[in-house]
Amino acid sequence: MNKKLERASAGGSVSKAVSMSSFPYLKWASVMIAVLLFLPVLVIVSNLFSGTEVWVHLVNTVLADYVSNSLILMLSVAMGVLLLGVPAAWLTSVCDFPGRKVLTWALLLPLSMPAYIIAYTYTGLFDFAGPIQTFIRDITGLGYGEYWFFEMRSIGGAVAMLSLVLYPYVYLMSRAAFLEQSANTLEVSRTLGHSNIKSFFKLALPLARPAIIAGLTLAMMEVLADYGTVQYFSVTTFTTGIMRTFYGFGDLAGASQLAGVLLLFVCVLVLTERYSRRKIQYHSSGLSKTSQRKIPLSGWKGVAATLVCAVPVLLGFILPASVLLYWAVFEAEPITWDFIQLAWNSFSLALYAAIIAVFLALVLSYAMRLHKSKSVSYAVTSAGMGYALPGTIIAIGVIIPLAWLDHKIITFVKHTFDVKIGLLLSGTLVALLFAYTVRFMAVSLGAVQSGLGKVKPSMDMAGRSLGLKPMAVLRRIHFPLLKSSILTAILIVFVDVLKELPATLILRPFNFNTLAVRAFELASDERLVDAAPASLMIVLVGLLPVILLNRSISNNH
Amino acid sequence: MTSFPPNKILKELDVIDLAVGYQGNAVVEGVTFKLLEGQIGCLLGPSGCGKSTLLRAIAGFEPVMSGEICLNDKTLSNEANVLPPEQREIGMVFQDIALFPHLTIAENIAFGLSHLSKSDKKARVEELLNLVGLSGYQERYPHSLSGGQQQRIALARAIAPKPKLLLMDEPFSGLDAKLREELVPDIRSILLHEKMSAILVTHDQMEAFAMADMIAVMDAGRVHQYGTAYQIYHRPKTRFVATFIGQGDFLPAVVCGPNCVHSDLGRIQGELHHGFENDVKVDLLVRPDDIIHDDDSPSKGLIVSKWFRGSHFLYRVKLGSGHVVYCFASSHHNHFIGQEIGITVELDHLVMFEHE
Repeated sequence: MNKKLERASAGGSVSKAVSMSSFPYLKWASVMIAVLLFLPVLVIVSNLFSGTEVWVHLVNTVLADYVSNSLILMLSVAMGVLLLGVPAAWLTSVCDFPGRKVLTWALLLPLSMPAYIIAYTYTGLFDFAGPIQTFIRDITGLGYGEYWFFEMRSIGGAVAMLSLVLYPYVYLMSRAAFLEQSANTLEVSRTLGHSNIKSFFKLALPLARPAIIAGLTLAMMEVLADYGTVQYFSVTTFTTGIMRTFYGFGDLAGASQLAGVLLLFVCVLVLTERYSRRKIQYHSSGLSKTSQRKIPLSGWKGVAATLVCAVPVLLGFILPASVLLYWAVFEAEPITWDFIQLAWNSFSLALYAAIIAVFLALVLSYAMRLHKSKSVSYAVTSAGMGYALPGTIIAIGVIIPLAWLDHKIITFVKHTFDVKIGLLLSGTLVALLFAYTVRFMAVSLGAVQSGLGKVKPSMDMAGRSLGLKPMAVLRRIHFPLLKSSILTAILIVFVDVLKELPATLILRPFNFNTLAVRAFELASDERLVDAAPASLMIVLVGLLPVILLNRSISNNH
Repeated sequence: MTSFPPNKILKELDVIDLAVGYQGNAVVEGVTFKLLEGQIGCLLGPSGCGKSTLLRAIAGFEPVMSGEICLNDKTLSNEANVLPPEQREIGMVFQDIALFPHLTIAENIAFGLSHLSKSDKKARVEELLNLVGLSGYQERYPHSLSGGQQQRIALARAIAPKPKLLLMDEPFSGLDAKLREELVPDIRSILLHEKMSAILVTHDQMEAFAMADMIAVMDAGRVHQYGTAYQIYHRPKTRFVATFIGQGDFLPAVVCGPNCVHSDLGRIQGELHHGFENDVKVDLLVRPDDIIHDDDSPSKGLIVSKWFRGSHFLYRVKLGSGHVVYCFASSHHNHFIGQEIGITVELDHLVMFEHE
């Protein structure tokens, strides 16, 4: 019998599953996984403080531009997502108006739309050659330069595009906070003489502030991570700078140092998010959620509420998705064998990444369940840090150590066997899968851990006391209860990988294409219509987790 | 009916000088007690006293640092060996109920019956559902049941394989007071009907009194006293037991004979020898029912506070010496705070400890 049993508190609180304690290697496996997944960050950080030459050059030339553009972009998008997300969240959670039920879930739809795809679509729609301007010219008879029309491909356009697809983060978090505020809170305020609107500003909004900020920081992380949109709109930010330094000048060191500066920005966001999440706990009332009677809005107020909630959905999903559908079906080149090959590439790559991420998440989660030690919980936390990191940072952080290792292997093989071999790691799918795992470990961990949380330790003990051996407990109790969480985790990682653009661009093997990369390349060649089938495919697959999310939300409330 | 093996009734559970803990730190130490066939035992104590750890050691979920756990003369746990829980034939009911959410009620109950044929399983499930008063719930899922119903199913699941001993870890703590009052006697009668020996863990003495034949009062990892409810209430062996069980106050007193003490309440003659030398200073335990209100009594006390309990009044009265004690009065004797009332002492069990 294994004597390495769990440390239980003297308070008799049921400790973790003692029944499964026959896996002492789990602890070391989890620490190793964490170290591996944290490696890219370590590489970037260590490069930040080495080699001042490139550094001075960067500061003198482009850095100010990158910093100011990134900041402008972040602040403007922050305003945008607040304006789109918070009012919609409050209206759908506290008020009742025509179409509320449908809009409540429809407001999540833009989550399925990657920013670069909505950018291509709106550009195709509104630029000089697009149908809108063509139509204006046709009816007015004006020519190029003779009338004013807004320029999509500008920093303003980028702000609009990013806001339209990122507001759901704020909407989701603040809606949860508004629902959490008990009906009583609002009623107390009313009895003390405040109107509904005044109560919103004096009570509901301050109470929800930590949640709103947490949602906001998530959206900001996406802004910093975005490459497709800003690149297409020619806005020079960190991500475009990293790409330019890496591809344009072949300067890995410079790219890495830029990534390091970007990492500092990300750190601020991560800390803000952590801090806000802690505060959410203090702010939640802890009262049981009573079924809240919603404030009925009718007449012009109802119409206004419907509009406020419908506009983000229309502009963020319905319009661009319809345009994509129209292009894909009526105008794009017919689907060829190439396209099927491309889809197959994307799907199989995403599936491999998902399976790896979920398998590692299972190892980490079980290590955490069985070994309640500090080292394991640090391991799990650091393994989950990738969610905040832009794909560009991860890609650079992956390529540096892998290229170094490849170089060593090649020299070693050449010296000992006198055989010339190619790249084993850095130029292959290994690098890509590694980067995806780093980036999407957090989502997979989240899903797996919430599933494992449902398997209470006492269930393990119940199984054992009813005559099951440890492996039988896993098979007959854990597996059936975990099944759906594992599938959810696989699905979410799968879709995220499918949408990922910058890391794929940097790390993909030569001549290896995915749907996202093809959409990007076609758009860069101004073949927006031909990019539609690939884009549409990404959006459609992206709808799956939105449906799941929506189902889990409606189950909770 | 179907042919089940005869009840594998527990003859005796022996816990001998047991210590349980981790990395040299004992959570439970020096525990010795014996549970006989058909008895319901109880581990009673404040939270953190190690009662759950002791229970889990008996179930086989905790290693043993020293000492022994034996069931019917077979060693289950000692320092060297711990028989895995699945081989012990000990059933367990958990605080958080822990029904398997992915299985129906029938599948939950039949979970430990894999050695039976399909028809025997079905019959046993039906029998148990009858026993716990939930016939016809076979195809339901746990989430559709109320808390009390889930706890009954958890009990049925634990006793389905006819374990030699049933362990219950705070089984009623998640339920509201009314439900608990209903469920406790029900579960006791089910256990008696099944001739099932059991050990219950609780911090609630009323629950312990209602369920258990033998109670082990625990604190800080040690068993202070093992005895019947009557014994631990009226003859507490340690100061902790005296204060933890029931209400009461300690009055300073001086020994004036082998079964007699002198205190603020005067000279009190007990039924039994208390074992203290003459003139030793002691603290005398005075329970609310030891002091009765009597209008004609010459001894007086000043009412400091009072509680109306329906069938009686419970007063706090201040004695001449300034010490405050409880006093029982019939519910017709409604006096106000600040009033002086007559009290008489009816104290037969002298419970006392060396003066602190």
